[in-house]
Amino acid sequence: MEESRAAAVQELRARFAAGQTRPAEWRAKQLRGVLRMATEMEAEICDALHADVGKPKTEAHVHEISLVKSSCLFALKNLKKWMKPKKVHARLMTFPSTARITKEPLGVVLVISAWNYPLLLSLDPVIGAIAAGNAVVLKPSEVAPATSSLLAELLPRYVDSACIKVVEGGVSETTALLEHKWDKIFYTGNSKVGRIVMAAAVKHLTPVVLELGGKCPVIVDSNVNLHVTAKRIAAGKWGCNNGQACIAPDFIITTESFAPKLLEALKKVLEKFYGKDPLLSADLSRVVTPNHFNRLLDMMDDEMVSDKIVFGGQRDEQKLKIAPTIFLDVPLDSAMMKEEIFGPLLPIITVDKIHESFGLINSMTKPLAAYLFTRDSKLQKQFESTISAGGMLLNDTSVHLTNPHLPFGGVGESGTGSYHGRFTFDAFSHGKAVLHRGFGGEAKARYPPYSSAKLKIMKGVLVGKLGAMIQAILGFPRGK
Amino acid sequence: MGSMPEKPRHGFGSLVTGLQEVCESGITKDLAWRRSQLKGIIRLLTEKEEEMFDVLRDDLGKHRAESYRDEIGALVKSVNHTLRNLERWAAPEKVQAPLVSFPATALVVPEPLGVVLVFSCWNLPLGLALEPLSGAIAAGNAVVVKPSEFAPATAAFLASNLPKYLDPRAVKVILGGPEVGEQLMEHRWDKVLFTGSARTGRIILTKAAKHLTPVALELGSKCPCIIDRLDSKRDTQIAVNRIFGGKWSLCAGQACLAIDYILVEEEFAPALIEVLKSTVKRFTTTPDCMARILNEKHFKRLSNYLKDRKVAASVVHGGSVNPKTLTIEPTILLNPPLDSDIMTEEIFGPILPIITVKKIEDSMKFVRSKPKPLAIYAFTRNEKLKSRIINETSSGSVTFNDAVVQYVVEGLPFGGVGQSGSGQYHGKYSFELFSNKKAVFKRSFLIEFMFRYPPWDNGKIGMLRHVFNTNYVLLLLGLIGLRR
Repeated sequence: MEESRAAAVQELRARFAAGQTRPAEWRAKQLRGVLRMATEMEAEICDALHADVGKPKTEAHVHEISLVKSSCLFALKNLKKWMKPKKVHARLMTFPSTARITKEPLGVVLVISAWNYPLLLSLDPVIGAIAAGNAVVLKPSEVAPATSSLLAELLPRYVDSACIKVVEGGVSETTALLEHKWDKIFYTGNSKVGRIVMAAAVKHLTPVVLELGGKCPVIVDSNVNLHVTAKRIAAGKWGCNNGQACIAPDFIITTESFAPKLLEALKKVLEKFYGKDPLLSADLSRVVTPNHFNRLLDMMDDEMVSDKIVFGGQRDEQKLKIAPTIFLDVPLDSAMMKEEIFGPLLPIITVDKIHESFGLINSMTKPLAAYLFTRDSKLQKQFESTISAGGMLLNDTSVHLTNPHLPFGGVGESGTGSYHGRFTFDAFSHGKAVLHRGFGGEAKARYPPYSSAKLKIMKGVLVGKLGAMIQAILGFPRGK
Repeated sequence: MGSMPEKPRHGFGSLVTGLQEVCESGITKDLAWRRSQLKGIIRLLTEKEEEMFDVLRDDLGKHRAESYRDEIGALVKSVNHTLRNLERWAAPEKVQAPLVSFPATALVVPEPLGVVLVFSCWNLPLGLALEPLSGAIAAGNAVVVKPSEFAPATAAFLASNLPKYLDPRAVKVILGGPEVGEQLMEHRWDKVLFTGSARTGRIILTKAAKHLTPVALELGSKCPCIIDRLDSKRDTQIAVNRIFGGKWSLCAGQACLAIDYILVEEEFAPALIEVLKSTVKRFTTTPDCMARILNEKHFKRLSNYLKDRKVAASVVHGGSVNPKTLTIEPTILLNPPLDSDIMTEEIFGPILPIITVKKIEDSMKFVRSKPKPLAIYAFTRNEKLKSRIINETSSGSVTFNDAVVQYVVEGLPFGGVGQSGSGQYHGKYSFELFSNKKAVFKRSFLIEFMFRYPPWDNGKIGMLRHVFNTNYVLLLLGLIGLRR
């Protein structure tokens, strides 16, 4: 097992060293391959996603397949631009000279994916790594086995399998992979494993991107279009893998006076989306594994919160389904408010005045995303300047990740590094500084033996005094 | 709250929480405050110049010209550049929002990370403390600086002067050795910038992993200098001048950017060595023209390189060492064994091995056989060779026909890759290193698409396809109901 793994990594190193992954044509060909795969294998992909998390076909299309395709198209469209060296203004001080930043691939990179968006979170980073000219190993999540084996089977058919490999497996396989030397590791998952990945990367001083989670708060002001607000919150929560998404709204903060109205609006919307018996709706993902199902049940039935339930609560252990469930004012030290929920439970926390929500959010670790619903521009400004998060969205949830011009990533406990669009390309590149000087413009003042005359000229040059520079170039001071 | 790791019970807990509170109060975020701090650094550099020359001479025997050129002057230039650009860097950047989300605004808003820790190094003890410090302040953070204990005069200078010129609530200096560094790393920081050895870098990273503290590492490496056959005597002399400047003029070779070894065609080597010898003689007429070796430990390390029999046999110039003054004269080697310590470790001293190759193109393979360096230098007029070097090697930076000066080109990022480090800084890159670039997307309630929401049907999937294919015509028609 280890021999084949070591051999695989070695082959990737050799291919990279031989320059196979560098030409733009090769990169574009791979990207077109991924695009074709996502198009031709739509049905198989939907089936796998349904088998793994019970993902409704629409979510599979909208949140995974379409995003993979548009990521390929965006990379193909911009590849030449991203690869082009960028000219930098070289100051008068180093005259004559030209300066550039050249993007080069890091080498052989490892992408470790997650189970909730098993296609997207596997292919999106891989697309950027390929665009940047790297050789890639993808380790899909074993918790989504149907998608993992589909990727292992399909990817080699559509891309250059000598330079892009899929390695399947669980914890032991991942641990073994992490022993090898990588030029970058890209990990999507939880912060516990994030720490393990970071610690493993120390051995080879490998830089990492960590896309982790957190509790994404939603502040709801009273100055809103209530119906639209409720729909967008519901779509971002239960319409995203039934709450099992890193950017899904985790909990709501609203004023005590507004809470009943918001609750009513949410109930109405939920019935419209999922019918009177949500467990029967085909449009709700199931909970991914019995482990997570039990985790959520423990969270729901915890006596600290069980009497705070105001909607839902239905569960089906056979089908691993939990209905959209809303709680009102659970204690802040309950498990539900201390841990990332990652499921269909939605606590609403009430405050006296809406501004108090900022203090509450700042008392927690920085989230991947923070949401605010309001028409009040002052409140918006305050939100923007007071809350630190990977990303923020005003008057909607989740959709910011579809904008390839915005960096997507966390800060603090929610992660380090960002990607999407050009940012993925940059995450897997090294921006090499290149300075071209000529043999002209020789300044004797630079060299020993030093004197106060030389020092004076150097001082002038460093602060940009033209006179000093001319003196320097003309070879002053005369004599020694 | 949230999922926070345990707080360690010893050391600097109150320091860190105190600085967090300062950040939360918004003081460090205020642009006017940041400007005042940056101006404070300029004032420090101007008013205390003499004292700085003194401490750098005490710690390293640096001539004031070197101290000014590499540390004080470089800092003045850099901080002024930051002051000129601060508003622009701190401003939110508008980015494209897809038409389908109309009306919407998309912004990238830089914000401070919070409380950052800077580990400086002993060879440029002022520069490697104040350059990161100025970048961290420009980005709106509170900062702790831990100067290297191996440059004690400079460390003491920073400890007593930074509180006078900068806001002591938000900028702190912590003195001490490795134990202090480790204690500091027991805490969570919003960012750490470490300049030093890979060995210590690994210790820092291991501790950082416990708290998911992001770390930028500026490590060492063997920076090669490829010298092509130069036909004119003038070119050769200029090249040698600049090699001298990039080796012996730079803290006696004790610098991460210093030229470590030379690669040259065997036919050209004798001519090069002649010019090197004569230039060394000319430039080293005064005793204070070159810095001394830091301390006995490093002096022993460097002397031991020369004690290796085969290495000693390869000396073509210099070789004498003075343990009393901790000085080693500029020493040139010709083809020491490639498996000797001096060719496998970063030299960080005034010894310059010259390795000959049959053809200059072979030098790239040699460079690739070693870990990726911080810088590659090449003296050549051959444009094709230059292209090949850029494309066939990897390094933090490449400089043609000079050495080290890339450090002061503000538009160029400074940092390593692979074993020479990760993360880049200087100028705008410092600002970005110490910032969180927050994505902000603003939508309105105005336009609402029903096909976003369940219950799902094929019609809605169809509409969504149009959205993702940015086929606005079909989307519009679908909305009007003329096509499904």
